[in-house]
Amino acid sequence: MKRDTRLAWINGLLLPLLNVLTAFAATAVLFLLIGVNPLEAAETLLYGAFGYGEGIGYTFYYTTNFIFTGLAVAVAFHAGLFNIGGEGQAYIGGLGAGLAVFMLFPELSPWLMIPASILGAMIFGGAWASVPGYLQAYRGSHIVITTIMFNFLAATLMVYLLVKVLREPGQMTPQTVLFPDNAWLPFVHDILPAFGIEMERSPLNLSILLALAMCFLVWFFLWHTRWGYAIRVTGLNPHAAVYGGINQKKIIVVAMCISGALAGLVGINELIGYHHRIIMNFHLGYGFGGIAVALMGRNHPFGIVIAALLFGTLYQGGAELAFEWSNISRDIVVVMQGLVILFCGALEYMYKPTLIRWLAPVQEVRS
Amino acid sequence: MNFAIELQDIDKRFGAVHANDHVNLQVETGSIHGIVGENGAGKSTLMSILYGFYQADSGSIKIFGNEYQFTDSHEAIAAGIGMVHQHFMLVDNFTVLENVILGAEGGQLLAEGLQAARQSLKELEEKYGLEVNLDATVDSLSVGLQQRVEILKALYKGAKILILDEPTGVLTPQETDELFKIFAALKAQGVTIILITHKLREIMAVTDTVSVMRRGAMVAHLETLMTSESQLAEHMVGRKVLFNVNKEQVEAGDVLLSVKHLNWTDSQGVPRLKRINFDIRAGEVLGVAGVSGNGQSELLEVLSGITPIQEGSIQIKGQTFSAKKQANPAKMRTMGMAHVPEDRHKQGMVMQFRAAETAILGYHTDSELSNGPWLKPALGKERCAELMQAFDVRPDDVELKSANFSGGNQQKLILAREMEHDPEVLLIGQPTRGVDVGAIEFIHQKILAMRAAGKAVLLVSVELEEILSLSDRIMVLCDGEITGQMEAAKADERTLGMLMANAQQAYDPLQSIASGEGQS
Repeated sequence: MKRDTRLAWINGLLLPLLNVLTAFAATAVLFLLIGVNPLEAAETLLYGAFGYGEGIGYTFYYTTNFIFTGLAVAVAFHAGLFNIGGEGQAYIGGLGAGLAVFMLFPELSPWLMIPASILGAMIFGGAWASVPGYLQAYRGSHIVITTIMFNFLAATLMVYLLVKVLREPGQMTPQTVLFPDNAWLPFVHDILPAFGIEMERSPLNLSILLALAMCFLVWFFLWHTRWGYAIRVTGLNPHAAVYGGINQKKIIVVAMCISGALAGLVGINELIGYHHRIIMNFHLGYGFGGIAVALMGRNHPFGIVIAALLFGTLYQGGAELAFEWSNISRDIVVVMQGLVILFCGALEYMYKPTLIRWLAPVQEVRS
Repeated sequence: MNFAIELQDIDKRFGAVHANDHVNLQVETGSIHGIVGENGAGKSTLMSILYGFYQADSGSIKIFGNEYQFTDSHEAIAAGIGMVHQHFMLVDNFTVLENVILGAEGGQLLAEGLQAARQSLKELEEKYGLEVNLDATVDSLSVGLQQRVEILKALYKGAKILILDEPTGVLTPQETDELFKIFAALKAQGVTIILITHKLREIMAVTDTVSVMRRGAMVAHLETLMTSESQLAEHMVGRKVLFNVNKEQVEAGDVLLSVKHLNWTDSQGVPRLKRINFDIRAGEVLGVAGVSGNGQSELLEVLSGITPIQEGSIQIKGQTFSAKKQANPAKMRTMGMAHVPEDRHKQGMVMQFRAAETAILGYHTDSELSNGPWLKPALGKERCAELMQAFDVRPDDVELKSANFSGGNQQKLILAREMEHDPEVLLIGQPTRGVDVGAIEFIHQKILAMRAAGKAVLLVSVELEEILSLSDRIMVLCDGEITGQMEAAKADERTLGMLMANAQQAYDPLQSIASGEGQS
């Protein structure tokens, strides 16, 4: 194998893999400290995530959310923007999906209704993100600050709407009425029997296909379109962007709109795909998780799928852990995520010099 | 003999690049030693190894007879090596004193360290004649003085060996002279100096001995007195170089670019361009001479549409742009203007991009390269390969990261991108800054080819020789205004030098009246 190829393998596969394993090793130490056998815990976690149909369904259901928010963070990052507002954009995206459904109520065919709700989620998420984008581009307000503030705004706005405006009449719970079933995205367990595969009931729905399609679209957009090129130039070298005739302000707003639209799709997976009504706090944690996913996936759609799957696994398997073991709380998921971020993000290149020395040393070739 | 530095058999590879090929170097204590070589010849790598930034794959380093294996620059500093980088490593809004003690604060409380430093700096200043106001903030100092601070910094940390990387690139001729005086003082006190430069004349002027590097290897060690500029140049490129450019006669045609009453004031309220008027005709090269920082950069940026016009107008291809009707870089490109920026790393390219992606910067909206919103990466690669072929960019690998090309090859790629697009008007800033001798000749020929093809060329350069040999007309900028315009045939370095310093009032009263209001 050529040295370049080996280096690519080290960077692309071996290094992330080792980092994740280190994070797991650290988690194991933690389990030992609280008196849990790490091997048994790992078994429980893996069983919870992949051991039975419902678990698998949940794992991929969570994965779907992480793909959307991971892509959202990555697109903004390629434009040099740190979008911390995935939470709010996902929440408002859910509102857009729901409003689209209620406005087109009730006779529309699902073939139109579902695309309409997807559009609604993307437009609302995008529009919500465009405001911090605009403020950054034209007013110089820092995007990190404004997107964080917009998370709070989104949360407050949704509480208001769900309590005062959209609440199901006669109910105390702050949630809307059930969507009509022409606005339900089919569950995977309803689809698979048509192909002769039986699967336990789970929240996993066809949004996962949408997520994979978005991965491809984002990849194509960033590396094969003029806008994508302009976004990457802006992110990597703003001076070169100006020199190259790229309107940076416009690019910032566009990148944020796309980022917000992707985050908004969490609303499709959660509401159109599973809850079938607008509920409170369906989005919690996915926006921030997306930052870690993008970081681990190196802002590349393929890496994001892998990282999202890891996070989905931890989410579902962690829930199983907390359920099975009395001395483990659900917070263990957060700890494990934190360790993964620590070793994959902050200590990303810890093993690199050693690996290169072992596997791809500089050859002594005299010319 | 007593050697300050002995490098033996130093070898270093970066992937496929053999940056240092079993290099040997001996520098006598208390001498000034020059290292010359083309871009990418391995000079910087060698010095980085000496300074502990990189580790050599093999070979040994001896400093004052003791063998070292540096793993970082602290160890090199401790061994008595100081480095003055091409780009200064100073904190602009710290005072000189605060900058000097950076990294050698000497205690938890700043006051003690500052006091001690002040004392020893005074001694250093006297010893070497390096006068600087210790309490001035660095951003208030001229570039020459900032460099002096860098030298002081190194000496303060106990440097007995001083490495200077392209120290005169940013200096005016006067500042360069000052620097050379400092060299003499340092040498008299027994400091060993290593001077890395492209400018052969400086090597001839100040060094005792000189080494030439080519493609990673040392090809010659020479006594400066026993050699000549042309011999050095020959060693550097491995063949004879013609320094004089043969310019064919070209009949100037219509005015292609016309600039009227251009004024431009920066955000701090300092006027950077004052009443700039000029025309450039087809088949004409207008050279803009001046000490850098006298409005050349601003002129290029306003002309290319990067910064908005504040006052005055730019006329190109029958269109007039002004404060009311702003241009922008994309529009200027469609008007047939191409721009080779002064700072290629900052503006001209994206270091992390593959060559093929850098090769379409600014032209990514061209109908040939994109189909509506879709880019055609295959065509981009093809275009890049053509550019590389036409301008002999090495290595001709369209997938290679832009940062991994040497400076000269990066510049050739940018020139190719702008020139091959067949512009009507070409703005070129510092075409050969940090570019090796072989590439300089090539670039000059390409610029003259543009002229022969009936293009209008605006050439901004701090190299007077370049301006003199390429231009048809020369315009001198000083403090943002045109202090003189003349036919290149009638110009010489002395006249231009005086205009650059705006000393012409002494003998040209009319001109001084005309520019009087800008001065007061």
